[in-house]
Amino acid sequence: MREMLTGNAAAAWGVRLANVDYIPAFPVTPQTEIIETLSKWINDGVMDAKFVTMDSEHSMITAAGAASATGARVFTATSSQGLVYGFEMLYTIAGWRVPLVMINVSRGLSSPITLEPDHNDILATRDTGFIQIHCEVCQEVMDSILIAYRLAEDERILLPVLVNMDGFHLSFTREPVELPIIEQVRKFLPAYKPNHAFFKASQPMAQGVAVLGGYAYSYFKYQMHLASKKAIEVYREVSEEFAELFGRTYNTVETYMADDAECLLIMTNSFTTMGKAAIERARARNIKAGLLRLRLVRPFPEADIIRFVKRAKAVAVLDQNISIGKGGIIYSDVASTLYNEKEKPVLLSFISGLGGKNISIEEFEFIFDSLVKAVDKGEISPPQLLYTEAELIEINRLKNIVGKEKHYKFESGD
Amino acid sequence: MVELIPIKSIKDIPFDENLFPGTPACAGCGGLLALRHCLKVLGKDIVIVNAAGCFTLLSIYPFTPFKNSWLYTAMACAPAGAQGIRDALDILIKKGKLDPKEDLKVVVLTGDGAAYDIGLASTSGAINRNLDFYYICYDNEAYGNTGFQWSGATPLASKTGTTQPGRLSPSGAEFFKKDLFEIWRSHKPPYLATISPSHPVDLHNKFKKAEQYKGPKLFINLSPCPPGWATEPSHSTILAKLAVDTGIWALKEAIYGDIKHTHIQKKFKSIEEYLKEQGRFTHLFKPQRQESVINKIQERVNKYWHSVQEYTK
Repeated sequence: MREMLTGNAAAAWGVRLANVDYIPAFPVTPQTEIIETLSKWINDGVMDAKFVTMDSEHSMITAAGAASATGARVFTATSSQGLVYGFEMLYTIAGWRVPLVMINVSRGLSSPITLEPDHNDILATRDTGFIQIHCEVCQEVMDSILIAYRLAEDERILLPVLVNMDGFHLSFTREPVELPIIEQVRKFLPAYKPNHAFFKASQPMAQGVAVLGGYAYSYFKYQMHLASKKAIEVYREVSEEFAELFGRTYNTVETYMADDAECLLIMTNSFTTMGKAAIERARARNIKAGLLRLRLVRPFPEADIIRFVKRAKAVAVLDQNISIGKGGIIYSDVASTLYNEKEKPVLLSFISGLGGKNISIEEFEFIFDSLVKAVDKGEISPPQLLYTEAELIEINRLKNIVGKEKHYKFESGD
Repeated sequence: MVELIPIKSIKDIPFDENLFPGTPACAGCGGLLALRHCLKVLGKDIVIVNAAGCFTLLSIYPFTPFKNSWLYTAMACAPAGAQGIRDALDILIKKGKLDPKEDLKVVVLTGDGAAYDIGLASTSGAINRNLDFYYICYDNEAYGNTGFQWSGATPLASKTGTTQPGRLSPSGAEFFKKDLFEIWRSHKPPYLATISPSHPVDLHNKFKKAEQYKGPKLFINLSPCPPGWATEPSHSTILAKLAVDTGIWALKEAIYGDIKHTHIQKKFKSIEEYLKEQGRFTHLFKPQRQESVINKIQERVNKYWHSVQEYTK
């Protein structure tokens, strides 16, 4: 069955299909439609789960983790400020080794307070222990939730998963989404049977206990890291099985015209669709351009990245995030992945799309021109913060209104 | 509702222990004394949801002193953790995924810092949602696990790590203790009570009574803290009793918001007897006696009891 669904509705469908037991929630734009949809289904009796609105995201994530530690299949969703408000609990719950699945609908972090997406929110959580799957289209959001439960509940992993989608661009955009047959879903994702984390009278268990001493602490942290690394292999198994059952393939990284690409662009999430259009325009200009989209961001799929990146002569990472005082976060991760490779392409860093800023045709052209220059002339441009002249004119207009930039002359016709 | 027969003597308290000795708690911990009694009534089919505080160190890998289950959450959110566990148990039982015999009582266990300050919002939320849980607050009137600093539960004039009497400010803590009982009572929970390790029979009967109600069952225990209060570990029970005898710690309960005092003294001892026993108040007596501060504390206690109907009638 095919339906036109927003990213949020696709997420809700994924949760419904996964036969989730429990959903603690707290509203925050732009994810609220997910919890409203689920709440309605539960109240209408079409979904057998318990729903509760908590008093904050901190409480919401705690309740979600605790329910997961009790043995239920649990889902929750948040965005941006909500994700960082509950931040300490992400570390805590990952340490509990419970299979919670959570959605983050990306939105730029305050301040200035805003609504549209970038990835500083989700990437702030990259070190918590949560596995991270980043999505480009609505179908992928729904499918990723099913895949996420398989990963989280796998005995070789037992780590929570965050599925990420861009606010507005994906959360509120309707796309055709194929809804799978429930029997197929049950086959792919059977009921959760907790063997490690649960609470019941016949078998008392202390969870989340303290440790004293770095040797004990390090042991458990290393265990998490090894489980996360192992998740790459498990991810491949699970996504192959998913492809067999549903006919949709989700590799750890997705490539677009990358096989013979000399100039490779690396992106994540929904703006990749614009990146793919830019690849086609670059190809029309006789640039051998290609794209690599990171789908699995934690664990970082190093081998798959190296495999594609090594074929290129120059690579650009387009980060929709900014580590203030350093630069692009994905750029740093890719650079460290490549550092010890004997043969590696030049690696350029670009930042754009912060707070939902458009990534214009000119910006993509600038990136490919920079890549070509690096290939042809060996000119390596420093990391670039992309911003168009039109955007500069617009911000100067705003500054003019508040009496700043008095020297700036507003030109008629602008 | 079944008729409850309250116990009359300490001899009626069950022998069974659900909290074993050998914990890393300080000698004479008033919180631990009370907890032992609480667990005798609650039994072993419970899960304790803990917030950051002294008692977080009761379960250190791979040891636990409890017969029951345990989950450490973080400082602000033990009631939210309780919500998750309660809801999960309920839905798993409803969906036939868990045998009802496996059900557990959910018990939040936090210090005063979590209860009075950082976790107040999550507690308010849980009470408002009528969560079926117990809350035991071991209130030693400061952030004890970090070395005894001022909290919202710290009483006027107490010396703590962050309210040290000095030349400019000789009186210690400058605010009265926050009235958590009244804050919680404003939610009209089915059961709310103060308890003391010096009154185990009263404690026992209160837990028994609470058992009949579905919803929040909340307890605040005044917990003498030998290292923080600068008192003898062997005096903890005596001090807890002095707090009741002087009227500074009122033993009471509130059922759906209606208050009843469970222990009324005919004549209260002077507050000085309680203060003098404790190192945290020595600056009120030497080098100079701070009469006005001592009076202020006494007046507050007097004023409280004059507002109590059972006492005045």
